[in-house]
Amino acid sequence: MKQKVMAKVISQKEIAPSIFDMWLETDLAKEAKPGQFIGVFPKDKSTLLPRPISICEIREDRSALRIVYRIAGKGTGEFSTWCAGDEVFILGTLGNGYDLSTAAGKKVLLMGGGIGVPPMLELARELALQNTGATESDKCVIQSTMGYRDAQTFLKEDMEKYSTLYIASEDGSVGTKGNVMDAIRENSITADVIYACGPMPMLRAIKAYAAELGIPAYISLEEHMACGVGACLGCVVKTKNVDHHSHVNNARICTDGPVFEAGEVEI
Amino acid sequence: MSGQMENGQMKVDQEKNTPKADDRTMPDLRTTIAGVEFKNPVMTASGTFGSGMEYGEFVDLNLLGAVVTKGVANVPWPGNPTPRVAEVYGGMLNAIGLQNPGIDVFMERDIPFLKQYDTKIIVNVCGKSVQDYIDVVERLGDEKAVALLEINVSCPNVKEGAIAFGQKADALYNITSELKKHAKQPIMMKLSPNVTDITEMARAAEAAGADALSLINTITGMKIDIHRRKFAIANKTGGMSGPAIKPIAIRMVYQVAQAVKLPILGMGGIATAEDAIEFFLAGASAISVGAMNFVNPYATVEILDGIRDYMIHYNVRSLAELIGAVQ
Repeated sequence: MKQKVMAKVISQKEIAPSIFDMWLETDLAKEAKPGQFIGVFPKDKSTLLPRPISICEIREDRSALRIVYRIAGKGTGEFSTWCAGDEVFILGTLGNGYDLSTAAGKKVLLMGGGIGVPPMLELARELALQNTGATESDKCVIQSTMGYRDAQTFLKEDMEKYSTLYIASEDGSVGTKGNVMDAIRENSITADVIYACGPMPMLRAIKAYAAELGIPAYISLEEHMACGVGACLGCVVKTKNVDHHSHVNNARICTDGPVFEAGEVEI
Repeated sequence: MSGQMENGQMKVDQEKNTPKADDRTMPDLRTTIAGVEFKNPVMTASGTFGSGMEYGEFVDLNLLGAVVTKGVANVPWPGNPTPRVAEVYGGMLNAIGLQNPGIDVFMERDIPFLKQYDTKIIVNVCGKSVQDYIDVVERLGDEKAVALLEINVSCPNVKEGAIAFGQKADALYNITSELKKHAKQPIMMKLSPNVTDITEMARAAEAAGADALSLINTITGMKIDIHRRKFAIANKTGGMSGPAIKPIAIRMVYQVAQAVKLPILGMGGIATAEDAIEFFLAGASAISVGAMNFVNPYATVEILDGIRDYMIHYNVRSLAELIGAVQ
């Protein structure tokens, strides 16, 4: 059930310039899935709307959620000032998340670009967890390629714990010079299924790449949102098929997504 | 609610020297618009609450005076390109463009959903031509569960129709009188604040036979992203809502209440019970909560509780005592 609840900041630190890593204590962690997001409310009353932020890690046992976000404006700027013990309001859990069953027995590739890296961490962790109890034929091979601007490769060590990681950086300071697509070519990476989150040009390239290979790609989309729960119809994406809500080929990213099979959406 | 009001409630109980459950201490929250009685004056603003399905997860829809649905047209409308929403200081802009599934799906899915609840249904009707509106109004005519029709002649985000009927008094008069010929339920014209004199529009609607008025719709605004040097909203302009517009809405509700005899459903930036009470005092018979649903999904029921607390605190027996009571 979706709720707006009070959460307590457990810890927060800046892990790269303007990139913040915050753990929140909340019971929403019990229902959270990789690829879902929460709405985080600024306290400043001039900024009213919840900020959609992807879930980076889930610890049900500790009732904790980790979010890693970039300062993008006034709201996230305020979040970056929060300290351990602060009580804050969040809305969640929101969105559909990634379907882990689509990975069973497959060679999977997780692709994250910039602030699209964080949701890939919980996905990698849960796929690895799924592997521990699975039969040999159901185990998946977890590879990932993460793209950064420069040597500020936040979450690199975390991703390496659960996947074979290939890095790309725009300035060439780490890994392949270029983007995640360049990293695939340079390292001759192959996959049966792709999971991705990142900027729109990257997602477009992945959609084209997956279509060419004839493999599924589950991509997580972003759009300006107001309600986060499917009521306001602010955050829509054009779809190939008629959507079930308005019957006009417009899916709601906040509730029908944010994860879509790339072939379903016109991006 | 504030501690003040909690104290107030205690005070009332002591004064009356009766247990809280005594009916005499419970104020009468019922209100009437165009002959339709609502159990309380708290409703939802069209377009912010869908048909209740999404927020039904947060609030008990049975507690609301009415659900005012998202605008519905004769056929599905795809709405505007994205981005459709942007935050502004103390509020937000939207240019959804009335995306809706059309009256067929609405009748099959949304009306049966709402019928499960003990709340009144007010359907917001939109169109691009007078005939579009007539088509929807006629389809809804035999649906007894629909208590009232709110006619959207004030959406600032669609290029044709809609607002064109709401910004010229003669056009508003014409569509109102035309719809009165076809509507079986009472009609409530939703007025635009984007006019020079809102009382002129209110008088035109009243003269044409409107049964009620709702106001205000959003105020046309604009936001520019200075880093990208682009409009924040694809439609360039959007309708502003949120707490920042409340003083404008209060002023307009007051002016309209002075100008016409029609009952008013007031809205515009209502965030708290205190805001709602301002609207009653200005002349609204009921209120709608809009953008604040996005900020606080429990806003409607919290506002309802707060209105009750206020009435107990000030020993107001019936909501009617508050309506238009500003001096």
